[in-house]
Amino acid sequence: MSFARELTSLQLYLGLVGGGLAALGFLASVPTLGSAPLITVFFALGAVSLARLVMPWSLWLDGLLAVFGAVALIAALPAEGVLPVHHWLALFAAWAFSWLFVERLTTAIRQGRLPHTGTGQVIPLIFGLSLLVIWEVVTRGANVSPVLLPPPSAIAARFAQSTGILWADFVQTFVKSVIPGYLIGCGAGLLVAIAVDRSPFLKAGVMPIGNFMSALPIIGIAPIMVMWFGFDWQSKAAVVVAMTFFPMLVNTVAGLNAASAIERDLMRTYAASYWQTLMMLRLPAAGPFIFNALKINSTLALIGAIVAEFFGTPVVGMGFRISTGVGRLAIDLVWAEIAVAAIAGSAFYGVIALLERGVTFWHPSVRGGRA
Amino acid sequence: MTPVVQAHNLGLTFPTADGDVVALSDVNLTIEKGDFVSFIGPSGCGKTTFLRTIADLEQPTSGTLEINGQMPENARKDRAYGYVFQAPALYPWRTIEKNVALPLEIMGYSAAQQAERIKRTLDLVNLSGFENKYPWQLSGGMQQRASIARALAFDADLLLMDEPFGALDEIVRDHLNSELLKLWERTKKTICFVTHSIPEAVYLSTKIVVMSPRPGRVTDVIESNLPRERPLDIRETPEFLQIAARVRDGLRAGHSYEEMV
Repeated sequence: MSFARELTSLQLYLGLVGGGLAALGFLASVPTLGSAPLITVFFALGAVSLARLVMPWSLWLDGLLAVFGAVALIAALPAEGVLPVHHWLALFAAWAFSWLFVERLTTAIRQGRLPHTGTGQVIPLIFGLSLLVIWEVVTRGANVSPVLLPPPSAIAARFAQSTGILWADFVQTFVKSVIPGYLIGCGAGLLVAIAVDRSPFLKAGVMPIGNFMSALPIIGIAPIMVMWFGFDWQSKAAVVVAMTFFPMLVNTVAGLNAASAIERDLMRTYAASYWQTLMMLRLPAAGPFIFNALKINSTLALIGAIVAEFFGTPVVGMGFRISTGVGRLAIDLVWAEIAVAAIAGSAFYGVIALLERGVTFWHPSVRGGRA
Repeated sequence: MTPVVQAHNLGLTFPTADGDVVALSDVNLTIEKGDFVSFIGPSGCGKTTFLRTIADLEQPTSGTLEINGQMPENARKDRAYGYVFQAPALYPWRTIEKNVALPLEIMGYSAAQQAERIKRTLDLVNLSGFENKYPWQLSGGMQQRASIARALAFDADLLLMDEPFGALDEIVRDHLNSELLKLWERTKKTICFVTHSIPEAVYLSTKIVVMSPRPGRVTDVIESNLPRERPLDIRETPEFLQIAARVRDGLRAGHSYEEMV
């Protein structure tokens, strides 16, 4: 039992559940032996993994078991009808093995037995793949109506067929609406923040209006922007400007006060001008705040542009495709569009986060040190 | 020759919600060129406030103060002094070299002049080889040395130091004190040095200004007769101990040792 003791109780439990389910599944598949050979092999191997109680069992074996189970399940999915009852045991067993694998991987990284770089990135990958496999097996294995939830494979197929449409939508929504709106909104927020910081009159006047603007619901302003700026991307960019302006304003105003009293006194002893102090001290010190706003805005901008397209648009755009796709029951296209939005949004956020690491490398939150 | 600092009946009162706080009252003091003047006293005695007033970071409410014969504001605009704060206050996004270059950039020195002065002042504080490090990669003592280099970079004749070694341990502090003396000897600058350590004040100074709180005032000005060449073990000599005793007497006379009520 000494090998089992190296595992935490959760890991041991997961191992027992996975192995036990596999053993059960193996017994259940004996009467129909040969109908789904891969699944039967997976059951057999899974049952063998119970040997972890008496011998060392590498975490990579658990990973292989999980992958093998997933492959066997997808191969065994019927074209028509539902999955045999005992095959569901394979889904749960494979799930238990992949969970166990990730648990053991995390422990190994934490204890320093495996390097963080490389292996650290494997964990979210496994998590995402497990989700996709479960999604695929449940939707196809239980014959879920594709209108309710299409399987990932159908979405991927639709994605591959419709790259032309998806690209046109991406250009319309992301390149033409999100990017200009984001740049104008963030840029204006930054400049107004500097002006507000300089002038007590503006601080008293602009901040409440900014507050008021941020409280306007996007559902309310989007149709008005469409009336003002027309159906094309200009009205969407305007919505994005309205959404991104305020977070940038508030964060920058706070950030401009982030420099400490000593750091400002130092500038005063050099008889530095207002602009020198701003450029050499206060703006750099505000960097972490400004990047915070840029990151918040990167997601807000995409949401704003997509939602704004629900209120009138030429016959192209991600929001247009989603709203009409739902109406025509082309749910797989809607999902493909959602996938594009997710990829574009994550990439956008990722680029900003990378920039942040480069620019505010000195901040304790980035370099991982003390203040 | 005009004295570097001349205060005449100087007073500074901070208005607060609980009434006025008299930070400085009737301060008369003359600091000559080349002096090393320490200000010593318990917290609240106005020693930092006085230094900040010299630097035009605070404005006096009564009396007169002249720096090189000028108003403090004009002296500040003339970049008449370098100021070393209690904390190093190095900008973390700049390397050590760039931090030392900060005042030079502000004052519009050419790139060649900047490079020459950075090298010279970093040599002076023994930080050569650390030009491209960031402040957070250095120890506290090295950071404070870099901030001294920054204050020296533009070659002001007056150096104002506000408890620069207060946050450092005694071993590092001893070392930096003897370095500072050598630096003063070499550069012939006038130094005003705020401290709350009696040995530090006696070891460093040619003139010790003893101050007392409530209201902040000068209770004694002690001219030190120690030689300018001072090894660390001068602190065990009778002359040294005699001056230290006089500083302690001055503090006691100002009720500095009494508990705050």
